[in-house]
Amino acid sequence: MIYFDKVSKRYNDSAALEDVTLSIAPKEFVSLVGHSGAGKTTLLKLLIAEERPTEGSVFFESVDVNDLPLSALHFYRRKIGMVFQDARLIPTKTAYENIAFAMEAAGRTDEEIESDVPYILELVNLSDKASHFPDELSGGEKQRVAIGRAIINQPEMVIADEPTSNLDPINTYEIVEILKKINELGTTVLIATHNKGVVDAVGRRVVTIDRGRIVRDDAEGKYVM
Amino acid sequence: MNKTILKRVFASGAKDFLRGGAVSAATVLIMTVTLSIIGALIFLSALLSYTLGVIENKVDVSVYFVTTATEQQILAVKGELEQLPQVASVTYTSADDALAAFRQRHANDQLTLQALDELGGNPLDASLEIRAKDPSQYEGIVNFLSASPALSPGGTSIVDRINYAQNKDVIDRLSVAIGATREVGIAVVLVFALASILIAFATIRLAIYTARDEIAVMRLVGASDAYIRGPFLVVGVITGVVAAVIALLLFIPAAWYTGMQTASWLGGFSVSGYYATHALFIASVLIGSGIVLGAVGSMLAIRKYLRV
Repeated sequence: MIYFDKVSKRYNDSAALEDVTLSIAPKEFVSLVGHSGAGKTTLLKLLIAEERPTEGSVFFESVDVNDLPLSALHFYRRKIGMVFQDARLIPTKTAYENIAFAMEAAGRTDEEIESDVPYILELVNLSDKASHFPDELSGGEKQRVAIGRAIINQPEMVIADEPTSNLDPINTYEIVEILKKINELGTTVLIATHNKGVVDAVGRRVVTIDRGRIVRDDAEGKYVM
Repeated sequence: MNKTILKRVFASGAKDFLRGGAVSAATVLIMTVTLSIIGALIFLSALLSYTLGVIENKVDVSVYFVTTATEQQILAVKGELEQLPQVASVTYTSADDALAAFRQRHANDQLTLQALDELGGNPLDASLEIRAKDPSQYEGIVNFLSASPALSPGGTSIVDRINYAQNKDVIDRLSVAIGATREVGIAVVLVFALASILIAFATIRLAIYTARDEIAVMRLVGASDAYIRGPFLVVGVITGVVAAVIALLLFIPAAWYTGMQTASWLGGFSVSGYYATHALFIASVLIGSGIVLGAVGSMLAIRKYLRV
Protein backbone atom coordinates (compact mmCIF):
# COMPACT_ATOMS: atom_id res chain seq x y z
CA MET A 1 0.00 0.00 0.00
CA ILE A 2 2.76 2.43 1.00
CA TYR A 3 6.34 2.27 -0.11
CA PHE A 4 9.14 4.68 0.73
CA ASP A 5 11.90 4.04 -1.80
CA LYS A 6 15.29 5.33 -0.59
CA VAL A 7 13.75 8.58 0.56
CA SER A 8 15.89 11.42 1.86
CA LYS A 9 14.71 14.84 2.98
CA ARG A 10 17.10 17.67 3.70
CA TYR A 11 16.43 21.19 4.95
CA ASN A 12 19.39 23.27 3.82
CA ASP A 13 22.34 21.09 4.89
CA SER A 14 20.51 19.30 7.67
CA ALA A 15 19.11 15.83 6.90
CA ALA A 16 15.69 15.10 8.44
CA LEU A 17 15.44 11.71 6.70
CA GLU A 18 18.27 9.71 5.20
CA ASP A 19 17.83 6.87 2.70
CA VAL A 20 14.59 5.56 4.21
CA THR A 21 13.04 2.45 2.67
CA LEU A 22 9.78 1.31 4.23
CA SER A 23 6.70 -0.55 3.11
CA ILE A 24 3.33 -0.79 4.83
CA ALA A 25 0.71 -3.33 3.75
CA PRO A 26 -3.06 -2.67 3.71
CA LYS A 27 -4.83 -3.07 7.10
CA GLU A 28 -1.54 -2.97 9.02
CA PHE A 29 -1.23 -1.10 12.32
CA VAL A 30 2.25 0.40 12.46
CA SER A 31 3.80 2.35 15.33
CA LEU A 32 6.54 4.74 14.27
CA VAL A 33 8.70 5.47 17.29
CA GLY A 34 11.67 7.68 17.94
CA HIS A 35 12.86 10.63 19.97
CA SER A 36 11.70 14.17 19.23
CA GLY A 37 13.44 15.35 16.07
CA ALA A 38 14.16 11.81 14.89
CA GLY A 39 12.25 12.41 11.64
CA LYS A 40 8.82 10.91 12.41
CA THR A 41 6.80 14.01 11.50
CA THR A 42 8.88 14.58 8.35
CA LEU A 43 8.07 11.05 7.22
CA LEU A 44 4.34 11.68 7.80
CA LYS A 45 4.47 15.02 5.96
CA LEU A 46 6.04 13.29 2.97
CA LEU A 47 3.25 10.74 3.05
CA ILE A 48 0.46 13.35 2.97
CA ALA A 49 2.35 15.30 0.29
CA GLU A 50 2.84 18.34 2.47
CA GLU A 51 6.57 18.04 1.77
CA ARG A 52 8.48 16.65 -1.21
CA PRO A 53 11.48 14.35 -0.79
CA THR A 54 14.91 15.62 -1.73
CA GLU A 55 15.72 12.16 -3.07
CA GLY A 56 13.75 8.95 -3.61
CA SER A 57 10.03 8.36 -4.06
CA VAL A 58 6.95 7.84 -1.91
CA PHE A 59 4.37 5.49 -3.38
CA PHE A 60 0.75 5.18 -2.30
CA GLU A 61 -0.98 2.27 -4.00
CA SER A 62 1.67 2.26 -6.76
CA VAL A 63 1.24 5.95 -7.45
CA ASP A 64 4.26 8.18 -6.89
CA VAL A 65 2.93 10.89 -4.59
CA ASN A 66 5.44 13.38 -6.02
CA ASP A 67 4.01 12.94 -9.49
CA LEU A 68 0.52 13.97 -8.41
CA PRO A 69 -0.47 17.28 -9.98
CA LEU A 70 -1.75 19.98 -7.62
CA SER A 71 -5.24 19.54 -9.03
CA ALA A 72 -5.28 15.87 -7.91
CA LEU A 73 -3.75 16.41 -4.48
CA HIS A 74 -7.09 16.88 -2.70
CA PHE A 75 -8.37 13.56 -4.07
CA TYR A 76 -5.26 11.90 -2.71
CA ARG A 77 -5.65 13.53 0.72
CA ARG A 78 -9.20 12.18 0.97
CA LYS A 79 -7.65 8.71 1.11
CA ILE A 80 -5.75 9.61 4.27
CA GLY A 81 -7.25 10.69 7.59
CA MET A 82 -4.89 12.77 9.70
CA VAL A 83 -4.86 13.24 13.50
CA PHE A 84 -2.50 15.72 15.13
CA GLN A 85 -1.13 16.11 18.62
CA ASP A 86 -3.16 19.29 19.16
CA ALA A 87 -6.41 17.95 17.61
CA ARG A 88 -6.77 21.14 15.48
CA LEU A 89 -10.52 21.49 15.94
CA ILE A 90 -12.36 24.63 14.86
CA PRO A 91 -13.09 26.40 18.16
CA THR A 92 -16.32 28.02 16.93
CA LYS A 93 -17.91 24.72 15.93
CA THR A 94 -19.41 21.98 18.11
CA ALA A 95 -18.14 18.40 18.04
CA TYR A 96 -20.93 17.54 15.59
CA GLU A 97 -20.17 20.57 13.39
CA ASN A 98 -16.43 19.88 13.37
CA ILE A 99 -17.06 16.43 11.92
CA ALA A 100 -19.82 17.64 9.60
CA PHE A 101 -17.51 20.42 8.33
CA ALA A 102 -15.00 17.81 7.16
CA MET A 103 -17.74 16.00 5.28
CA GLU A 104 -18.99 19.24 3.70
CA ALA A 105 -15.48 20.11 2.55
CA ALA A 106 -15.13 16.69 0.97
CA GLY A 107 -18.32 17.30 -1.00
CA ARG A 108 -20.63 14.90 0.81
CA THR A 109 -24.38 15.51 0.65
CA ASP A 110 -26.50 16.87 3.51
CA GLU A 111 -28.25 13.51 3.79
CA GLU A 112 -24.95 11.67 4.16
CA ILE A 113 -23.84 14.15 6.81
CA GLU A 114 -27.07 13.71 8.80
CA SER A 115 -26.77 9.93 8.75
CA ASP A 116 -22.99 9.49 9.18
CA VAL A 117 -22.01 12.05 11.83
CA PRO A 118 -24.10 10.48 14.66
CA TYR A 119 -22.65 7.08 13.76
CA ILE A 120 -19.08 8.41 13.94
CA LEU A 121 -19.76 10.19 17.24
CA GLU A 122 -20.98 6.88 18.60
CA LEU A 123 -17.87 5.11 17.30
CA VAL A 124 -15.63 7.54 19.22
CA ASN A 125 -17.89 7.40 22.30
CA LEU A 126 -19.00 11.03 22.08
CA SER A 127 -22.71 10.81 21.27
CA ASP A 128 -23.52 12.73 24.44
CA LYS A 129 -21.06 15.52 23.62
CA ALA A 130 -22.26 16.27 20.08
CA SER A 131 -23.29 19.83 20.89
CA HIS A 132 -20.22 20.69 22.97
CA PHE A 133 -17.66 23.18 21.73
CA PRO A 134 -13.93 22.27 21.90
CA ASP A 135 -13.51 24.49 24.97
CA GLU A 136 -16.06 22.32 26.76
CA LEU A 137 -14.27 19.06 25.95
CA SER A 138 -11.34 17.37 27.72
CA GLY A 139 -8.08 16.72 25.86
CA GLY A 140 -9.04 13.12 25.24
CA GLU A 141 -12.49 14.08 23.98
CA LYS A 142 -11.01 16.64 21.60
CA GLN A 143 -8.66 13.99 20.26
CA ARG A 144 -11.59 11.61 19.77
CA VAL A 145 -13.44 14.30 17.77
CA ALA A 146 -10.27 14.68 15.68
CA ILE A 147 -10.22 10.92 15.09
CA GLY A 148 -13.89 11.02 14.14
CA ARG A 149 -13.14 13.81 11.68
CA ALA A 150 -10.21 11.81 10.26
CA ILE A 151 -12.32 8.75 9.50
CA ILE A 152 -15.56 10.42 8.44
CA ASN A 153 -14.66 10.27 4.75
CA GLN A 154 -13.77 6.58 5.01
CA PRO A 155 -10.05 6.94 4.28
CA GLU A 156 -7.91 3.98 3.39
CA MET A 157 -5.36 5.01 5.97
CA VAL A 158 -5.32 6.96 9.24
CA ILE A 159 -2.14 8.73 10.29
CA ALA A 160 -1.85 9.91 13.89
CA ASP A 161 1.04 12.17 14.84
CA GLU A 162 1.65 11.98 18.58
CA PRO A 163 -2.10 11.76 19.32
CA THR A 164 -1.66 10.97 23.02
CA SER A 165 1.25 13.16 24.04
CA ASN A 166 -0.97 15.64 25.93
CA LEU A 167 -3.23 13.00 27.50
CA ASP A 168 -3.40 11.18 30.81
CA PRO A 169 -3.10 7.34 30.83
CA ILE A 170 -6.87 6.73 30.82
CA ASN A 171 -7.48 8.99 27.83
CA THR A 172 -4.39 7.54 26.13
CA TYR A 173 -5.84 4.06 26.57
CA GLU A 174 -9.19 5.19 25.08
CA ILE A 175 -7.49 6.70 22.04
CA VAL A 176 -5.44 3.54 21.46
CA GLU A 177 -8.56 1.41 21.74
CA ILE A 178 -10.43 3.58 19.20
CA LEU A 179 -7.50 3.41 16.76
CA LYS A 180 -7.39 -0.38 17.18
CA LYS A 181 -11.13 -0.55 16.50
CA ILE A 182 -10.68 1.54 13.33
CA ASN A 183 -7.89 -0.80 12.24
CA GLU A 184 -10.09 -3.84 12.89
CA LEU A 185 -12.69 -2.29 10.57
CA GLY A 186 -10.11 -2.51 7.77
CA THR A 187 -8.30 0.84 7.83
CA THR A 188 -4.51 0.97 7.80
CA VAL A 189 -3.19 2.91 10.81
CA LEU A 190 0.18 4.59 11.18
CA ILE A 191 0.84 6.18 14.55
CA ALA A 192 3.92 8.25 15.33
CA THR A 193 4.67 8.33 19.03
CA HIS A 194 7.38 8.31 21.65
CA ASN A 195 5.00 6.95 24.28
CA LYS A 196 6.17 3.47 25.33
CA GLY A 197 2.78 2.68 26.87
CA VAL A 198 1.00 3.32 23.58
CA VAL A 199 3.36 1.10 21.59
CA ASP A 200 3.14 -1.73 24.09
CA ALA A 201 -0.68 -1.42 24.26
CA VAL A 202 -0.94 -1.67 20.50
CA GLY A 203 1.39 -4.65 20.41
CA ARG A 204 1.82 -4.63 16.64
CA ARG A 205 4.57 -3.75 14.16
CA VAL A 206 7.04 -1.15 15.45
CA VAL A 207 9.34 0.88 13.19
CA THR A 208 12.04 2.76 15.06
CA ILE A 209 13.59 5.84 13.54
CA ASP A 210 16.67 7.60 14.83
CA ARG A 211 18.40 10.67 13.38
CA GLY A 212 16.52 10.28 10.12
CA ARG A 213 17.27 6.59 9.59
CA ILE A 214 15.19 3.49 10.24
CA VAL A 215 17.13 1.50 12.81
CA ARG A 216 14.63 -1.25 13.74
CA ASP A 217 11.54 -2.81 12.16
CA ASP A 218 9.92 -5.47 14.39
CA ALA A 219 6.77 -7.33 13.34
CA GLU A 220 5.34 -7.51 16.83
CA GLY A 221 7.80 -5.33 18.56
CA LYS A 222 8.04 -3.47 21.78
CA TYR A 223 9.31 0.02 22.35
CA VAL A 224 13.09 -0.31 22.30
CA MET A 225 15.37 2.74 22.12
CA MET B 1 -18.59 22.05 -8.99
CA ASN B 2 -22.00 20.64 -8.16
CA LYS B 3 -25.01 22.51 -6.78
CA THR B 4 -24.43 21.48 -3.16
CA ILE B 5 -20.78 22.62 -3.22
CA LEU B 6 -21.73 25.86 -4.96
CA LYS B 7 -24.37 26.54 -2.30
CA ARG B 8 -21.82 25.89 0.46
CA VAL B 9 -19.22 28.15 -1.19
CA PHE B 10 -21.74 31.01 -1.39
CA ALA B 11 -22.96 30.44 2.17
CA SER B 12 -19.40 30.35 3.45
CA GLY B 13 -18.53 33.53 1.52
CA ALA B 14 -21.57 35.34 2.93
CA LYS B 15 -20.59 34.23 6.43
CA ASP B 16 -17.01 35.45 5.93
CA PHE B 17 -18.34 38.79 4.66
CA LEU B 18 -20.54 39.25 7.74
CA ARG B 19 -17.74 38.06 10.04
CA GLY B 20 -15.56 40.83 8.57
CA GLY B 21 -17.75 43.39 10.40
CA ALA B 22 -16.22 46.87 10.41
CA VAL B 23 -13.51 45.87 7.92
CA SER B 24 -16.12 44.66 5.41
CA ALA B 25 -18.08 47.89 6.01
CA ALA B 26 -14.99 50.02 5.34
CA THR B 27 -14.34 48.15 2.09
CA VAL B 28 -17.95 48.61 1.03
CA LEU B 29 -17.68 52.32 1.86
CA ILE B 30 -14.58 53.00 -0.24
CA MET B 31 -15.99 50.94 -3.08
CA THR B 32 -19.25 52.90 -2.84
CA VAL B 33 -17.25 56.13 -3.25
CA THR B 34 -15.47 54.70 -6.31
CA LEU B 35 -18.71 53.50 -7.89
CA SER B 36 -20.42 56.83 -7.08
CA ILE B 37 -17.66 58.65 -8.95
CA ILE B 38 -18.17 56.31 -11.90
CA GLY B 39 -21.92 57.00 -11.73
CA ALA B 40 -21.38 60.76 -11.47
CA LEU B 41 -19.16 60.58 -14.54
CA ILE B 42 -21.94 58.85 -16.45
CA PHE B 43 -24.32 61.71 -15.51
CA LEU B 44 -21.74 64.39 -16.34
CA SER B 45 -20.94 62.78 -19.65
CA ALA B 46 -24.64 62.57 -20.49
CA LEU B 47 -25.14 66.23 -19.56
CA LEU B 48 -22.21 67.41 -21.66
CA SER B 49 -23.30 65.27 -24.61
CA TYR B 50 -26.82 66.64 -24.28
CA THR B 51 -25.51 70.22 -24.20
CA LEU B 52 -23.32 69.57 -27.20
CA GLY B 53 -26.31 68.10 -29.02
CA VAL B 54 -28.44 71.12 -28.22
CA ILE B 55 -25.76 73.52 -29.48
CA GLU B 56 -25.14 71.42 -32.56
CA ASN B 57 -28.86 71.42 -33.35
CA LYS B 58 -28.91 75.19 -33.05
CA VAL B 59 -26.02 75.52 -35.43
CA ASP B 60 -26.58 76.57 -38.97
CA VAL B 61 -24.60 78.42 -41.53
CA SER B 62 -25.97 81.84 -42.38
CA VAL B 63 -24.80 83.38 -45.61
CA TYR B 64 -25.36 87.15 -45.82
CA PHE B 65 -25.44 88.79 -49.22
CA VAL B 66 -24.38 92.25 -50.23
CA THR B 67 -27.26 94.69 -50.59
CA THR B 68 -26.64 94.90 -54.33
CA ALA B 69 -27.32 91.18 -54.83
CA THR B 70 -30.62 90.52 -56.58
CA GLU B 71 -33.16 88.05 -55.30
CA GLN B 72 -32.68 86.01 -58.48
CA GLN B 73 -28.95 85.67 -57.82
CA ILE B 74 -29.56 84.63 -54.20
CA LEU B 75 -32.20 82.06 -55.23
CA ALA B 76 -29.72 80.67 -57.76
CA VAL B 77 -27.22 80.12 -54.92
CA LYS B 78 -30.05 78.54 -52.88
CA GLY B 79 -30.77 76.14 -55.73
CA GLU B 80 -27.12 75.11 -55.95
CA LEU B 81 -26.93 74.51 -52.20
CA GLU B 82 -30.08 72.38 -52.23
CA GLN B 83 -28.38 70.09 -54.73
CA LEU B 84 -25.64 69.25 -52.21
CA PRO B 85 -26.26 65.82 -50.56
CA GLN B 86 -25.16 67.03 -47.10
CA VAL B 87 -27.68 69.91 -47.03
CA ALA B 88 -30.95 69.28 -45.17
CA SER B 89 -32.65 72.62 -45.84
CA VAL B 90 -31.98 76.14 -47.09
CA THR B 91 -34.19 79.01 -45.97
CA TYR B 92 -34.19 82.34 -47.78
CA THR B 93 -34.76 85.52 -45.80
CA SER B 94 -35.08 88.64 -47.90
CA ALA B 95 -33.77 91.99 -46.69
CA ASP B 96 -37.37 93.19 -46.17
CA ASP B 97 -38.25 90.10 -44.14
CA ALA B 98 -35.08 90.55 -42.07
CA LEU B 99 -36.04 94.18 -41.41
CA ALA B 100 -39.61 93.21 -40.42
CA ALA B 101 -38.28 90.51 -38.08
CA PHE B 102 -35.81 92.99 -36.59
CA ARG B 103 -38.55 95.54 -35.95
CA GLN B 104 -40.76 92.91 -34.34
CA ARG B 105 -37.90 91.67 -32.14
CA HIS B 106 -37.21 95.21 -30.94
CA ALA B 107 -40.80 96.39 -30.76
CA ASN B 108 -40.31 97.45 -27.14
CA ASP B 109 -36.94 99.07 -27.77
CA GLN B 110 -37.78 102.50 -29.07
CA LEU B 111 -34.18 103.68 -29.02
CA THR B 112 -33.07 100.96 -31.43
CA LEU B 113 -36.04 101.54 -33.72
CA GLN B 114 -35.37 105.26 -33.71
CA ALA B 115 -31.75 104.67 -34.63
CA LEU B 116 -32.92 102.40 -37.47
CA ASP B 117 -35.26 105.07 -38.78
CA GLU B 118 -32.51 107.67 -38.69
CA LEU B 119 -30.33 105.44 -40.86
CA GLY B 120 -32.99 105.48 -43.55
CA GLY B 121 -33.61 102.60 -45.98
CA ASN B 122 -32.88 98.98 -45.09
CA PRO B 123 -29.40 98.36 -43.71
CA LEU B 124 -29.99 94.58 -43.31
CA ASP B 125 -28.77 91.98 -45.79
CA ALA B 126 -30.74 89.21 -47.38
CA SER B 127 -29.53 85.82 -46.14
CA LEU B 128 -29.70 82.06 -46.59
CA GLU B 129 -29.87 79.81 -43.49
CA ILE B 130 -28.41 76.42 -44.29
CA ARG B 131 -28.96 73.34 -42.12
CA ALA B 132 -26.81 70.29 -42.67
CA LYS B 133 -28.00 66.72 -42.23
CA ASP B 134 -25.08 66.18 -39.81
CA PRO B 135 -23.30 68.91 -37.80
CA SER B 136 -19.93 67.64 -38.98
CA GLN B 137 -20.87 68.50 -42.55
CA TYR B 138 -21.03 72.29 -42.07
CA GLU B 139 -17.37 72.66 -42.78
CA GLY B 140 -17.86 70.99 -46.17
CA ILE B 141 -20.73 73.35 -47.02
CA VAL B 142 -18.67 76.40 -46.07
CA ASN B 143 -15.79 75.08 -48.18
CA PHE B 144 -18.19 74.70 -51.10
CA LEU B 145 -19.33 78.31 -50.75
CA SER B 146 -15.76 79.53 -50.54
CA ALA B 147 -14.56 77.43 -53.46
CA SER B 148 -17.32 78.53 -55.85
CA PRO B 149 -18.29 82.05 -54.85
CA ALA B 150 -21.50 83.42 -56.36
CA LEU B 151 -20.47 86.40 -58.45
CA SER B 152 -22.35 89.48 -59.57
CA PRO B 153 -22.31 90.49 -63.23
CA GLY B 154 -19.54 92.94 -62.27
CA GLY B 155 -17.35 90.04 -61.18
CA THR B 156 -17.44 90.71 -57.45
CA SER B 157 -18.73 88.21 -54.91
CA ILE B 158 -22.31 88.72 -53.78
CA VAL B 159 -21.61 86.99 -50.45
CA ASP B 160 -21.02 89.54 -47.73
CA ARG B 161 -20.12 87.18 -44.86
CA ILE B 162 -20.60 83.60 -43.53
CA ASN B 163 -21.15 83.29 -39.76
CA TYR B 164 -20.14 79.63 -39.32
CA ALA B 165 -16.72 80.26 -37.79
CA GLN B 166 -18.09 81.65 -34.51
CA ASN B 167 -20.36 78.63 -33.89
CA LYS B 168 -17.58 76.24 -34.85
CA ASP B 169 -15.39 77.75 -32.20
CA VAL B 170 -18.02 77.14 -29.50
CA ILE B 171 -18.54 73.54 -30.64
CA ASP B 172 -14.82 72.88 -30.75
CA ARG B 173 -14.32 74.28 -27.26
CA LEU B 174 -17.22 72.24 -25.88
CA SER B 175 -15.87 69.09 -27.54
CA VAL B 176 -12.47 69.73 -25.97
CA ALA B 177 -14.18 70.28 -22.58
CA ILE B 178 -16.06 66.99 -22.92
CA GLY B 179 -12.87 65.14 -23.87
CA ALA B 180 -10.94 66.72 -20.99
CA THR B 181 -13.72 65.94 -18.51
CA ARG B 182 -13.77 62.32 -19.58
CA GLU B 183 -9.97 62.02 -19.35
CA VAL B 184 -9.82 63.62 -15.90
CA GLY B 185 -12.79 61.51 -14.82
CA ILE B 186 -11.15 58.31 -15.98
CA ALA B 187 -7.94 59.26 -14.13
CA VAL B 188 -9.91 59.89 -10.91
CA VAL B 189 -11.80 56.61 -11.36
CA LEU B 190 -8.52 54.74 -11.87
CA VAL B 191 -7.06 56.16 -8.65
CA PHE B 192 -10.16 55.24 -6.64
CA ALA B 193 -10.41 51.85 -8.35
CA LEU B 194 -6.82 51.12 -7.30
CA ALA B 195 -7.65 52.18 -3.73
CA SER B 196 -10.73 49.93 -3.76
CA ILE B 197 -8.76 46.96 -5.03
CA LEU B 198 -6.07 47.47 -2.39
CA ILE B 199 -8.63 47.71 0.41
CA ALA B 200 -10.52 44.65 -0.89
CA PHE B 201 -7.14 42.89 -1.02
CA ALA B 202 -6.47 43.77 2.64
CA THR B 203 -9.98 42.70 3.67
CA ILE B 204 -9.65 39.32 2.00
CA ARG B 205 -6.22 38.86 3.53
CA LEU B 206 -7.78 39.42 6.95
CA ALA B 207 -10.65 37.05 6.11
CA ILE B 208 -8.11 34.39 5.11
CA TYR B 209 -6.25 34.92 8.38
CA THR B 210 -9.49 34.74 10.42
CA ALA B 211 -10.51 31.51 8.69
CA ARG B 212 -7.08 29.89 8.97
CA ASP B 213 -8.40 27.07 11.22
CA GLU B 214 -11.13 26.17 8.74
CA ILE B 215 -8.68 26.38 5.84
CA ALA B 216 -6.24 24.04 7.61
CA VAL B 217 -9.02 21.52 8.23
CA MET B 218 -10.30 21.81 4.67
CA ARG B 219 -6.81 21.07 3.34
CA LEU B 220 -6.51 18.18 5.75
CA VAL B 221 -9.71 16.47 4.65
CA GLY B 222 -9.01 16.98 0.96
CA ALA B 223 -11.29 19.88 0.04
CA SER B 224 -10.81 21.02 -3.55
CA ASP B 225 -9.00 24.26 -4.42
CA ALA B 226 -12.25 25.79 -5.61
CA TYR B 227 -13.99 24.88 -2.36
CA ILE B 228 -11.24 26.50 -0.27
CA ARG B 229 -10.73 29.59 -2.42
CA GLY B 230 -14.29 30.10 -3.63
CA PRO B 231 -15.70 31.71 -0.46
CA PHE B 232 -13.06 34.45 -0.53
CA LEU B 233 -13.90 35.28 -4.12
CA VAL B 234 -17.54 35.41 -3.06
CA VAL B 235 -16.61 37.91 -0.30
CA GLY B 236 -15.08 40.22 -2.93
CA VAL B 237 -18.07 39.90 -5.23
CA ILE B 238 -20.55 40.51 -2.38
CA THR B 239 -18.57 43.61 -1.38
CA GLY B 240 -18.78 44.95 -4.92
CA VAL B 241 -22.49 44.20 -5.34
CA VAL B 242 -23.43 45.71 -1.95
CA ALA B 243 -21.38 48.84 -2.73
CA ALA B 244 -23.06 49.14 -6.16
CA VAL B 245 -26.54 48.78 -4.67
CA ILE B 246 -25.76 51.45 -2.05
CA ALA B 247 -24.40 53.79 -4.76
CA LEU B 248 -27.51 53.21 -6.91
CA LEU B 249 -29.79 53.95 -3.94
CA LEU B 250 -27.83 57.09 -3.07
CA PHE B 251 -28.22 58.31 -6.64
CA ILE B 252 -32.02 58.39 -6.31
CA PRO B 253 -32.22 61.35 -3.87
CA ALA B 254 -29.01 62.84 -5.31
CA ALA B 255 -30.42 62.86 -8.87
CA TRP B 256 -33.76 64.21 -7.67
CA TYR B 257 -32.15 67.02 -5.64
CA THR B 258 -29.61 67.91 -8.34
CA GLY B 259 -32.38 67.89 -10.92
CA MET B 260 -34.43 70.33 -8.84
CA GLN B 261 -31.51 72.66 -8.20
CA THR B 262 -30.21 72.71 -11.76
CA ALA B 263 -33.36 72.39 -13.87
CA SER B 264 -33.28 76.08 -14.78
CA TRP B 265 -29.69 76.24 -16.03
CA LEU B 266 -29.06 72.81 -17.55
CA GLY B 267 -30.90 73.77 -20.71
CA GLY B 268 -33.67 71.20 -20.38
CA PHE B 269 -31.51 68.28 -19.19
CA SER B 270 -33.28 66.41 -16.40
CA VAL B 271 -30.86 64.54 -14.12
CA SER B 272 -33.58 62.49 -12.43
CA GLY B 273 -35.27 61.84 -15.79
CA TYR B 274 -31.98 60.58 -17.20
CA TYR B 275 -31.52 58.29 -14.18
CA ALA B 276 -35.06 56.92 -14.59
CA THR B 277 -34.65 56.20 -18.30
CA HIS B 278 -31.11 54.84 -18.02
CA ALA B 279 -31.44 52.99 -14.67
CA LEU B 280 -30.72 49.59 -16.20
CA PHE B 281 -27.60 50.84 -17.99
CA ILE B 282 -26.26 52.65 -14.90
CA ALA B 283 -27.05 49.65 -12.65
CA SER B 284 -25.26 47.30 -15.07
CA VAL B 285 -22.17 49.52 -15.19
CA LEU B 286 -22.00 50.01 -11.41
CA ILE B 287 -22.74 46.39 -10.44
CA GLY B 288 -20.37 45.14 -13.14
CA SER B 289 -17.63 47.51 -11.96
CA GLY B 290 -18.24 46.53 -8.32
CA ILE B 291 -17.96 42.83 -9.13
CA VAL B 292 -14.76 43.39 -11.13
CA LEU B 293 -13.14 45.53 -8.40
CA GLY B 294 -14.08 43.07 -5.63
CA ALA B 295 -13.08 40.02 -7.63
CA VAL B 296 -9.70 41.49 -8.65
CA GLY B 297 -8.89 42.41 -5.01
CA SER B 298 -9.92 38.91 -3.88
CA MET B 299 -7.99 37.12 -6.59
CA LEU B 300 -4.80 39.02 -5.76
CA ALA B 301 -5.13 38.20 -2.03
CA ILE B 302 -6.00 34.55 -2.71
CA ARG B 303 -3.02 34.14 -5.03
CA LYS B 304 -0.68 35.69 -2.49
CA TYR B 305 -1.98 34.33 0.82
CA LEU B 306 -3.92 31.17 0.05
CA ARG B 307 -1.63 28.61 -1.48
CA VAL B 308 -3.53 25.33 -1.50
